[in-house]
Amino acid sequence: MKPSRVPLYTTLAVLAFLYLPIVVMTVQSFNAARYGGEWKGFTFSWYAKLFEDRSIWSATRNTLVVAISCTAVSTIIGSLAAWVLHRYRTRLQRLHYLVTYAPLVVPDILMGISLLLFYVNLKILLGLGTVILAHVTFCISYVAFVVLGRLQDFDYSLVEAAQDLGAGWGRIVFRVLLPVLGPGILAGAMLAFTLSVDDFVITFFVAGPGSSTLPVHIYSMIKHGSTTVINALSVLFMTVTFAVVVISQFFSRNRPVH
Amino acid sequence: MITRLGRWVLSRLRRFLPEWLLTAPSLLWLLLFFVIPSLLVFTVAFRPPDPYGRIGEGWTLDTLARLMQPSYPAILWRTLRVSMVTTLVCLVMAVPAGYWLARQPASRRHWTLLLVILPFWTNFLIRIFAWRTVLHPEGFLQTSLVKLGILSSNASLLYNEGAVLVVLIYTYLPFAIMPVYAAAERFDFQLLDAAQDLGATRFQAFVRVFLPSIQIGLLTATLMVFIPALGSYAIPDLVGGPSSEMVGNKIAQRVFTDRNLPHASGLSALLALAVILPMVIAMVVRSRHPDKVPVEREKGGPREGGAQG
Repeated sequence: MKPSRVPLYTTLAVLAFLYLPIVVMTVQSFNAARYGGEWKGFTFSWYAKLFEDRSIWSATRNTLVVAISCTAVSTIIGSLAAWVLHRYRTRLQRLHYLVTYAPLVVPDILMGISLLLFYVNLKILLGLGTVILAHVTFCISYVAFVVLGRLQDFDYSLVEAAQDLGAGWGRIVFRVLLPVLGPGILAGAMLAFTLSVDDFVITFFVAGPGSSTLPVHIYSMIKHGSTTVINALSVLFMTVTFAVVVISQFFSRNRPVH
Repeated sequence: MITRLGRWVLSRLRRFLPEWLLTAPSLLWLLLFFVIPSLLVFTVAFRPPDPYGRIGEGWTLDTLARLMQPSYPAILWRTLRVSMVTTLVCLVMAVPAGYWLARQPASRRHWTLLLVILPFWTNFLIRIFAWRTVLHPEGFLQTSLVKLGILSSNASLLYNEGAVLVVLIYTYLPFAIMPVYAAAERFDFQLLDAAQDLGATRFQAFVRVFLPSIQIGLLTATLMVFIPALGSYAIPDLVGGPSSEMVGNKIAQRVFTDRNLPHASGLSALLALAVILPMVIAMVVRSRHPDKVPVEREKGGPREGGAQG
């Protein structure tokens, strides 16, 4: 019997649905007309405007500061977590696993509000610091599970062999573990970086005045109706993200996303 | 005696210290910044608000009483309904798409998969904004629909529940496709041919052989869409109107507009309960049908037994 065409057509429809807004937005970023009911000619003026906007630059700087610090901290803590989760099978690790897994399934808004309540209770002033702490918290889990995925096919006898040959832990970590687990850790770090750059809801709850990241800034631009440069900004933003994703695919082959 | 105790403590330490030391950073971090804050959501709901928008002293049941007001059950119900419709539509689209992806030759699969996932990597707010551009009253969709006479010129595609649904489905569709695909990839497609050889129609084979085999994938997809959809805030806020508000919007309003943290906390506790419930159900279902489902099915009754290749 001839195979059904339904799956193919559905997939094509899904792809059209997924790319429709992206295409519209990209076209729109070069359209001289504001809302794109019609095409009024090609222009770079939205991009030019974008580069003149200083608040966007400060938001970009905040985003990078948060993403880089969060990636550094969460990659170290998350990789360690993956290692102990893989290495030990104790009751402590069962609890550890549960606590590491839970942030992946809790909706963002609950994480945002609970951290806000936590900060308010302790009278901590909201700012970039509170944003970084929040981002590290959700990134640890993602890094841990990406690295844990890599560890599934890690052969522990490599470590034992190195020990038999007289290597200390320092040498084992730098000469055996990091080279073997490096790609997994790098994939985890890239995921942490993209998630941090991408996050809106949690940041919105825990960001103080002056610590807006790019997504929070885009939100306030939409809310205040100054939307002319958002298309251009989005296209640039998207290009960078796509580049990072495609590059990270080369580090985590066979394992697209999470 | 003391030396024996000391030696025992030392031996325990030597055995567990490395594990404790290595576990401490992540476990303590998550206890401090995730577990304790999550518990706070339930306790702050019983605190009074203070005039400065912080949390007052003492305990009260006021918030609980205010949550009984009729407007809240309505919003809670809408949140549930919108999330369920989103989940259903995502599943209906994800099953054929996941099936198609799993049947692609291995060499092509990696990139087709990336194609499906890529839009998901664009910034969440950018995606919402893109939909605002698409659905805008002066945008190309509305102008062309009006020209074609399908839509009247004063109808609005934006700021209603329909827009919220479209953007929710758009946002969570990849989360449904991935687990369905992952389950379909492990499925032996020859079983479908076998079922048809034994007289099943193509549709019967699909429903009775394929769908039961990807059960776990369907369950994961349901959770991956339903739970975050319950907590949506930005989407109904930016493309919805006052009549399509969800619990997330109410939480944000209590935090940012009236600065009543205990009230926001009470609403969040309700939302948390709504999230925990489907997870418990899923855990029960999963423990009843562990991974060995397809194997048992092969040994099972005559109907499924016929599906053996």
